[in-house]
Amino acid sequence: MSEILEKVQTIIADRLSVNPADVTPEKSFSDDLGADSLDTAEMVLDFENAFGIKMPQEEMENIATVGDAINAIEKLLAEK
Amino acid sequence: MEFQRIVITGMGAITPVGNNVADFWNGLLNGVSGAAPITHFDPEKFLTRFACEVKNFVVEDYIPKKTLARMDLCAQFAMVSTMEALEDSGLDLEKVNKERIGVIFGSGIGGFTSMMDSAISFIDNNRTPRFSPYLLIKVLGDVISGHISLKYGFSGPNYITSSACASAANAIGDAMHLLQLGKADIIVTGGTEASINETAIGGFNAMYALSTRNEDYTHASRPFDSERDGFVMGEGAATLILETLDHAKARGAKIYGELCGVGMTADTFHITAPAPDGKSASASMRLAMQDAGVQPEEVDYINMHGTSTQQGDLAECIAIQNTFGDHAEKLLLNSTKSMTGHLLGAGPAIESVAILKSIQDNIVHPTINLNHLDERIPQNWNFCANGPVRRTINTVLSNSFGFGGHNVTLLYKRYTE
Repeated sequence: MSEILEKVQTIIADRLSVNPADVTPEKSFSDDLGADSLDTAEMVLDFENAFGIKMPQEEMENIATVGDAINAIEKLLAEK
Repeated sequence: MEFQRIVITGMGAITPVGNNVADFWNGLLNGVSGAAPITHFDPEKFLTRFACEVKNFVVEDYIPKKTLARMDLCAQFAMVSTMEALEDSGLDLEKVNKERIGVIFGSGIGGFTSMMDSAISFIDNNRTPRFSPYLLIKVLGDVISGHISLKYGFSGPNYITSSACASAANAIGDAMHLLQLGKADIIVTGGTEASINETAIGGFNAMYALSTRNEDYTHASRPFDSERDGFVMGEGAATLILETLDHAKARGAKIYGELCGVGMTADTFHITAPAPDGKSASASMRLAMQDAGVQPEEVDYINMHGTSTQQGDLAECIAIQNTFGDHAEKLLLNSTKSMTGHLLGAGPAIESVAILKSIQDNIVHPTINLNHLDERIPQNWNFCANGPVRRTINTVLSNSFGFGGHNVTLLYKRYTE
């Protein structure tokens, strides 16, 4: 878990130019971290590349917070 | 109908010979060539392995990283030159009515490099569609103007013009017309290009349009010289703040000069080659002078299109001969491209900056590398081949011609009450 969180934090912080320490599971991408729909879609690509997963469209649509992204990644990694 | 007078109140530039207006102008006066080996990609297999790239450009100093990810280099150049121009204009961004400010840029190919890179990675990845959501906003040329309006909140007219190497001239001309008609008080205009990539170099090489003087690249761009062998690719941007005279006066703005006329014609001859008789190019110059109510004898200086191709340089000289007759030998003539290379759609914008600096300083920059004037060109014409020329400069034409047969001439004058 902590390894996934760390990787996710780095990706998000880099993409959105925010402090990695501010990227915590309860943070909303749009309300707290300043991401728009394009950024979110771009980060999904980053997650897919970093974790070697493929995120289905319906999974993407449910991602609102950092925690949602981590859960989705864990689920897809478990299914691998 | 009495139109408003239009003046230039701010300038910015990022070019192969200087990353701001002062350095650019110094470079031009000192005859500095911007040519160097290509660094944007490995050019080893290409016929042409040099170009005029922008140097030491640290874009992170100007644009936040998050925004950068959505911008092709051409939009980055435009943003940085616009930041300089707005600061130079002294415009109070807190007070000015932003609904009356438009943004009209010119670009020949827009985000061409982003498009190419994306296509390469698509093919490299077994044609699996994994495109970035940022891709199309980097490729589309219109976002050049869009990004600037977003950053500053300028909500007036907003678009780009595209007419190959005349693109920025069309943008500047459109800006003038809209301001004359009262559609805005200020238009941020200019041109940008960032197409030094494999496709552009390879494509222009296939047309035999580029110089291949790889061993002697600083002497490769040599407009009007008998040994010229094609143009040298350049990149960069320049921004002009165009403003109605009334608005500029009301805020006590400094005025670089007045844009008084625009001529626009099409060659109707060939998709790339200029008409050898220069008829439409000549008409473009006449229309600009008509527009401004200027007689040919009043023109002091022409900043020529002068790309260093055999056909293009000659056709432009014939057009000047036919337009100016005996007055041609009294004109100062030069080619900025001898130093900057050919910035395609951005060329007319950086050349407008050079013209306005000439009007301000009463000095005209040289045409470098002109050792043996092509024998088909009148030998008594003054191309400023021996260095900068000091002379009072009041009235100037800027010629720009694009593949497709587009001819645009801008006419600038010293501002007087």
